Amino acid sequence: MSRMLMAGLTRAAPQLICLAVILLLNWLAFPGFFDMRIQDGRIFGSVVDVLNRGAPVVILAVGMTAVIASKGVDLSVGAVMAMAGAVAATMTVAGYPLLVVLLAALGTGVLCGLWNGLLVGFFDLQPIVATLILMVAGRGIAQLITEGTIVTFIDPGLIFFGTGSFFWIPMPVILAVLVTAMAVLLVRRTALGLLIESLGVNRSASSYAGVNSRLLLLLIYAFCGLCAALAGIIVSADIRGADANNAGLWLELDAILAVVIGGTSLLGGRFSIVMSVLGAIIIQAMNTGILISGFPPEYNLILKAGVIIMILLAQSLSRTGFLHVLRPAPTQTAEAKVKRA
Amino acid sequence: MTFMKRILLGTAAAAAFAGTAAAADLTVGFSQIGSESGWRAAETSVSKLEAEKRGIDLKIADAQQKQENQIKAIRGFVAQGVDAIFLAPVVATGWDTVLEEAKDAEIPVILLDRTIETSDDSLYLTAVTSDTVHEGKVAGDWLVKTVAGKPCNVVELQGTVGSSPAINRKKGFEDGIASASNIKITRSQTGDFTRAKGKEVMEGFLKAEGGGKDICALYAHNDDMAVGAIQAIKEAGLKPGTDILVVSIDAVPDIFKAMADGEANATVELTPNMAGPAFDALKAFKDSGKAPEKWIQTESKLYTQADDPMKVYEEKKGLGY
Repeated sequence: MSRMLMAGLTRAAPQLICLAVILLLNWLAFPGFFDMRIQDGRIFGSVVDVLNRGAPVVILAVGMTAVIASKGVDLSVGAVMAMAGAVAATMTVAGYPLLVVLLAALGTGVLCGLWNGLLVGFFDLQPIVATLILMVAGRGIAQLITEGTIVTFIDPGLIFFGTGSFFWIPMPVILAVLVTAMAVLLVRRTALGLLIESLGVNRSASSYAGVNSRLLLLLIYAFCGLCAALAGIIVSADIRGADANNAGLWLELDAILAVVIGGTSLLGGRFSIVMSVLGAIIIQAMNTGILISGFPPEYNLILKAGVIIMILLAQSLSRTGFLHVLRPAPTQTAEAKVKRA
Repeated sequence: MTFMKRILLGTAAAAAFAGTAAAADLTVGFSQIGSESGWRAAETSVSKLEAEKRGIDLKIADAQQKQENQIKAIRGFVAQGVDAIFLAPVVATGWDTVLEEAKDAEIPVILLDRTIETSDDSLYLTAVTSDTVHEGKVAGDWLVKTVAGKPCNVVELQGTVGSSPAINRKKGFEDGIASASNIKITRSQTGDFTRAKGKEVMEGFLKAEGGGKDICALYAHNDDMAVGAIQAIKEAGLKPGTDILVVSIDAVPDIFKAMADGEANATVELTPNMAGPAFDALKAFKDSGKAPEKWIQTESKLYTQADDPMKVYEEKKGLGY
């Protein structure tokens, strides 16, 4: 067991070092970064902000990892967040009980996921195109639901999902941990993870081997939609309103980035949910650091891009060795040249 | 439900104004950008109200954020022979050809809310816009008067980086507080004009400024960011409106609710009534033949807690914000 843990830590070394460096930089920029206190029954501090603000992307990244491992991608998660938030807010305002509201919002996400899964699994559309459809249309649907306004609500039950706390820990963090734990147990304690990986490596081969790839893809995208809906509920509960124009805007890119930083290949195959979660936390630690650093906002995106390049380079170098870049690129063998001629 | 209500209201209004519309002495075509924001929706509904008030027949064409649709709409209005065309241009350039067609047909064009770039400014009669620099200055002046010489550290939530309202509202506010050496902007970061980012950035400000003890006032470039920031202030255990003064711009309905609760202090209105002054200028032009000034600046009205915010909230709620 301890050997497995060590192996995991070695594999996660570049990411863990990156996180440590970012946290250190945050601490240098703002010495109070690690300060914490209890405020109105919940922990209050910058580190908690990182986890709390990162929770929606963590949840998205869990779903996105499964999709990317199957050699797909889901661009619609941001729009699904907006739709789920819009459904939750309008139904709450209309006076439906909390349980119905939650089921409807989560159901919206699952439906969207099933639609994506149908297009990818059954109609063989390329995932990037299939999910692009809902990315564009979904935000329009969300705007239709809210009639273009920000629908605000005051129902304490729904708000609890965004700003409530349980044993001093903010609710979004608890939800993110629960989703991560359940997903890890599901894929690692059953054969599901193996099936997803085989699908990602070679879909036709795994179909011949007896994997029901269509059903599996349907389930994977539905799970991703479910995660997106949960993130959407958290985000709208946090600001006590559904903002169809801005909720989850560009978060699909953050989710994909989190998965990539976590080391899962966009070409599918081997994946790690925990590493994607770590990736999401790295992104948020960087965002929070930029916000409190006091740099003018014009530098935000440049700083972010710079840090991301460093992380990805560090990751690439740690895998291939530092001397790799110095070696000449592999050239064609004489035999291959002959064959082409 | 609301949709049905709107249809019913629409029919009722149509029935009530059928008489005046037939006898309308003016027909105006309005090429509206679309309904990308609540403010835009409010502008459309206020335009309709202002037209009804004056017995003007207003035809609105929704361009769905596309210039080609706006050009088509203008050509349509020219073909119908309307008395004037209102244009809220989605982009600044590319209007010369179609506006020349309107000019040849002797139909005056009035620009609403935004201006265009053209070498020939005889292509439009006048432009009715708000001065976003002035809006920032009104907010700054309010803060100078309110703190009355006491030292005050301000945190600023900027709009989207590089957008003209963000640049101008920042500049205007800085102009407003330039004379007061007691007021300093200690932190400034973008909140992208959204509630969620406004809240997140304010959380960062509160941590970075001694848990909020070192912040005397918040200036947000729009109300939505202020609404998000107010929640962050409350969650940090402080009282927005008392411990930290809150001033923002736009005057959307939700900020009036916050003011009624004592959680926001002031807002500067970006009026959705651009059509009203345009109608007045048009009437004067038609009656006397005297061309108005090339730029009509709308009023940037300051609202505070003393202005019965709950009443304003009720008035604004129905405008489609």
